[in-house]
Amino acid sequence: MSNIRFAKLVIFVNAFVPLVLLLWDVYHHNVGANPQEFAIRTTGMLTLIFLTLTVAITPLRKTFGANSLVKLRRMVGLFAFFYGFLHLTTYIWLDRLFNFASVVQDVARRPFILVGMTAFLLMVPLAITSTNKMVKRLGGKRWALLHRLVYASAIGGVIHFWMLVKSDTRIPLTFAFIVGLLLAHRVFVKYAPTMPAQTNSGLFPKD
Amino acid sequence: MSEKIKSSEITDKQTYLNRRLFMRAAVMAGTATASTLLYRRLNPPAVKQVEGEKLSESAPVSKEDAIKQGFTVEDAKTPLQSIANYNNFYEFDTSKSGVARAAKGFITRPWAVSVEGLVNKPRVFDLDELLKLQLQERVYRLRCVEGWSMVIPWIGFPLKTLLDKVEPTSKARYVAFQTLLDPKRMPNQATGVLDWPYVEGLRLDEAMHPLTIMATGLYGETLPPQDGAPIRLVVPWKYGFKSIKSVVKISLVSDEPPTTWNIQAAEEYGFYSNVNPNVPHPRWSQATEQRIGEYGKRKTLLFNGYGEQVADLYKGMDLVRDF
Repeated sequence: MSNIRFAKLVIFVNAFVPLVLLLWDVYHHNVGANPQEFAIRTTGMLTLIFLTLTVAITPLRKTFGANSLVKLRRMVGLFAFFYGFLHLTTYIWLDRLFNFASVVQDVARRPFILVGMTAFLLMVPLAITSTNKMVKRLGGKRWALLHRLVYASAIGGVIHFWMLVKSDTRIPLTFAFIVGLLLAHRVFVKYAPTMPAQTNSGLFPKD
Repeated sequence: MSEKIKSSEITDKQTYLNRRLFMRAAVMAGTATASTLLYRRLNPPAVKQVEGEKLSESAPVSKEDAIKQGFTVEDAKTPLQSIANYNNFYEFDTSKSGVARAAKGFITRPWAVSVEGLVNKPRVFDLDELLKLQLQERVYRLRCVEGWSMVIPWIGFPLKTLLDKVEPTSKARYVAFQTLLDPKRMPNQATGVLDWPYVEGLRLDEAMHPLTIMATGLYGETLPPQDGAPIRLVVPWKYGFKSIKSVVKISLVSDEPPTTWNIQAAEEYGFYSNVNPNVPHPRWSQATEQRIGEYGKRKTLLFNGYGEQVADLYKGMDLVRDF
C-alpha cells in the first residue's frame, strides 16, 4: 500500500471514530438527558470541523510545500458532506419528526435554519462533482471555480451556528476566526504579487 | 547502489515489510486512540449525583386537591440523573452537560438571604432558619425557553411565606432577585457571557401567588449545586430562566426591575416570559417542546398548563406585546 493510500485509510478510520462513539453511547443510553439535541448538535459540530479541515488543506499545502496533502482533500470534504447529511437527517427526524411541511415552515421562518440548509445544499454539487471523471468533464479550471463554494458553505455553517447560540459565542467565534484566516490566506496567495510560483502537482490547476 | 554493501547487511524484504506494517499499525492505533480520547474529553460522561441531605416535608394535601391547585401534576417525573446533568446555569458553565461537573463541591454553607427594600421589617435570613419553615413538595413542569421541559418534584415553601414576614409596604409593586456574585465559587462569572450578578424579577402579585415557591430541595433532598443550591425561585408558568438560582437577595421595589436575559437581548426575552406557544422566540418556535426522556414532541401549553391558576393575573393584558 502506498503512503498516500495509507494516509487516506488513517483519515477514513479516524473520521468514523466520533460516529462510532456516538452510536455506541446512544446504544448504551449514555448521551445525557437530551439525546435528540446531543445527536443534532454533535453531527453539526462534526460538519463544521470537517468543513474547516477541508478548507485548511490548500493553505497547509502551500505553507509547508506538502503537495500530496491535496490528495486527501476529497475524502475530508466528503466527510464534511457526510456529517452534514447526518446533521440534516437527525434534525428532520428528531426535531421535526419527518413532518416535511414543518421543515419547510421552519426554513421559511427561522433565518438560522435557512442559512444552515443553504450551507448544506451548497455542498451537494461539490459532492456530486468530486469524482475524477467529473473533474475531467468539467475541466480543471471550472471545477476549481465551482469548488470555491466550499468557502460559502463553511461561512454559512459558522453563521448558522453563531445565530443559534444564546450568549456564549466563543466556539462559533473560534470557527469564524479559523475559517477567516484560511480564506485570507487563499486571497493573499492569489493576489500578492511577490509570491514565488508554486509547484503544481499536475492533478489540479494552480489557483 | 554501492556494491560494497554485503548482502548479509541488507535487511531482507520480509523484515522490512513487517517493520513497515508494524509502524503503520502503530500509527493507526495511535491516531484512533487519540481521536477517541479527544471525543471523550469534549463529551465527558454524566456526573454521578452525590446524595444531598434529607429534607422533611409537611403532610401533603389530598392528591385531588393538589392537582386542582396545580401543586402536583400527573406527568411522569424526570429522573434525578437527568435533572442533575442537564442544566442552564451560566455561572458555572454554558454547556448544559458541563454544569454538574463545574458546580461540584460548590459550598453553600453558611448562606444567608437578605430580604429588603420597601418593607417594614427588612431582615437577613439564615438558610437554616428557612429550612425550618414548613416545606412542601411541589411536582411542577419546567419549560425552558430553549424548547425542552422536565417534571421536577421540588421541595420548598411559598415565597409569600417569606414576604409576609418582612411586610411589604404599599409602595412595593415588584420583587427583584439576585444570585450570589463570587467568581471564586462560580468560576464562569469571570467571563462576560452575561452581566453578573444574575438578576430576575416578578410583579408582586406573581410573587405572592401560591404556585410561586422558593425551593430548597428536590426528590426529598437538598438541591444539587447545579440546580440552584441552596435556595432558588421556582415559577412554573414562566420560562425556566425566570426561576433564578442560588438567591442571596430579594428586594421589594416600586418599578419593574432589570432582568438578566432581558438586558442581554430585550427583543428575545421579555420581563414576563410566560410560557406561551403562540409567541415564538424570534429565532425559534415555542409551539412544541422536547420533554426530557420522551421520543417525539409535546405541544407546549399556555402558561405551561397552569392557566387555570394564573391566567387571572394577566387579565386584559396583551400577551404578545408583554411577552
